[in-house]
Amino acid sequence: MAAETVPEPDEHAEVRATARRRRAENIQLLCFFVLVALIPIFVRNPFHLHILIFIGLNLMLTVGLNLLMGYAGQVSLGHAAFYGLGAYTSGILTATYGWNPWLGMLAGLVLTCIVAWLVGKPTLHLKGHYLAMATLGVGIIVHVVFRQWTPVTGGSAGLTEIPSMTLFGYEITSRMHVQYYYFVWAWVALTMVLCANLVVSRPGRALRALHDSELAAQTLGIATSRYKVRVFVLTAAFASIAGTLYAHSSMRFLSPTPFDFHTSIALLVMVVLGGAGTLWGPVLGTLTVTALHEVLRPYTNWDIVIYGLILMVLMIAMPGGLSRAFGSIWGWITRLAGRGERDDT
Amino acid sequence: MLRLTSVEASYGPVKALRGVSLHVEEGEIVTLIGANGAGKSTTLEVISGLIRAGSGEILFDGEVATNWPPSQLVRAGMCHVPEGREVFGSMSVTDNLLLGAYARRGRKARSEVLDDMEQQFERFPVLAERRDQLATSLSGGEQQMLALARGLMSRPKLLMLDEPSLGLAPIIVQRFFAEIEALRNEGLTVLLVEQNARAALRIADRGYVLETGRIVLDGTARDLLENPEVRRAYLGKGYKEVWE
Repeated sequence: MAAETVPEPDEHAEVRATARRRRAENIQLLCFFVLVALIPIFVRNPFHLHILIFIGLNLMLTVGLNLLMGYAGQVSLGHAAFYGLGAYTSGILTATYGWNPWLGMLAGLVLTCIVAWLVGKPTLHLKGHYLAMATLGVGIIVHVVFRQWTPVTGGSAGLTEIPSMTLFGYEITSRMHVQYYYFVWAWVALTMVLCANLVVSRPGRALRALHDSELAAQTLGIATSRYKVRVFVLTAAFASIAGTLYAHSSMRFLSPTPFDFHTSIALLVMVVLGGAGTLWGPVLGTLTVTALHEVLRPYTNWDIVIYGLILMVLMIAMPGGLSRAFGSIWGWITRLAGRGERDDT
Repeated sequence: MLRLTSVEASYGPVKALRGVSLHVEEGEIVTLIGANGAGKSTTLEVISGLIRAGSGEILFDGEVATNWPPSQLVRAGMCHVPEGREVFGSMSVTDNLLLGAYARRGRKARSEVLDDMEQQFERFPVLAERRDQLATSLSGGEQQMLALARGLMSRPKLLMLDEPSLGLAPIIVQRFFAEIEALRNEGLTVLLVEQNARAALRIADRGYVLETGRIVLDGTARDLLENPEVRRAYLGKGYKEVWE
């Protein structure tokens, strides 16, 4: 249009830039998981390992929610229910009917995906936050079922004597939690690598596009509601697997409490606090909230108030979340350092 | 290229189109003008499959394409650049362009898409300078160019533009319309929806006037420009050309 200087068209520079970004992220992920793998060498306390296992399970949930909120622009208020469905399905089938835990996991996965699809399919075709309303309802219904269907779920007293997970005929159980720690974090790694690669792929680009402008995405031939349903079902599947892993952890016990509305909200807080739509957002958010939870343990019932306060303060102070705030602080430092160097020379 | 026969559409109980018939021949620029709420955008949305046609028939490129899904229409060579630009703000210019080629798949398509992107960068040097910037950081005019370039990435036969002049300075509108003429001269067919009737009729071959969901007038662009009814209603009495 304007006859300005045309920059030298670097052939396929875009492909290389994308590949570079992807490689950088993969290296970051690799470093992170090496660190995770080294932790049990230094952390020997079973209680601490137990918390780290929990962080891993929460991370599987928040990484999924991050995909849904940060990339597809939809909110789920019922992820704790999908988490619970995975846990209870596998728990009941193994403890009561003597199934293999892997089959229990598969059954939980199938059931969760069906429920998620039934909720997502009609609501995601509508504009607006109908998914949030529907998942809020499902979350409450599922929790009531866990609590009231006593003959099957054990009700408020809980479900006991859930067998351990097995891997190649070998029981993954130990008093020190180390084996289960590695087992859970392997799943976390799988989830995170899958999501990181999904985001930069063609479907991932389509997801980000529909978050920015659904109309434009449609005009380009992107089946927006189908994508939203798929992502929602995928995140529910992650939650279900995390639930199964929870059920077969060393506690061997399930009660309805961890799968209530509070958990769904806490998961949202983690994602928003960390920064929705970033790779490291869910990690930072999950670590911070889980740590806070441990610190606030003496003040139970106040924790939800404190979550709410954190959320309010954050929305005002750093609406992009921790990861973006860190990113800009880091950029500021490097700029300062860069200026310093230039002054020296 | 495109033919609509008594197409009707409604939003719930509200009828937006009451039997719209129009046609666009290959290599033409046809403009659809009318006031706010006349049904111009709805017409485009029905053509591109975003809204279902209640009745009537849409022929595109020799095939009955009534109520095809948007993806199929895009693959068949239809491109709809929506009103208000609607660029993907949180993504780079490059990603926006790649998404324009979303419907083109396959091994061969990949390198072709990248070649096409370089072509767009040659056509719009401003975008080449900003290829790694987020689309939201572009000016209004640049965003409109990006929206057009993104649309062209699907290699369309028919380009449908919805109010491209909206919110742009007259000088930018002039440049943009010159670009549309250039595209037509390269063989593209254009259906242009505009409220800026004068600017649109100036580059168009033919035009249709839409009023409350009906075509009330049609003819060559020259005739419409001189039509007293059009002059009174859409061009304004004593209106002076801003960008002549």
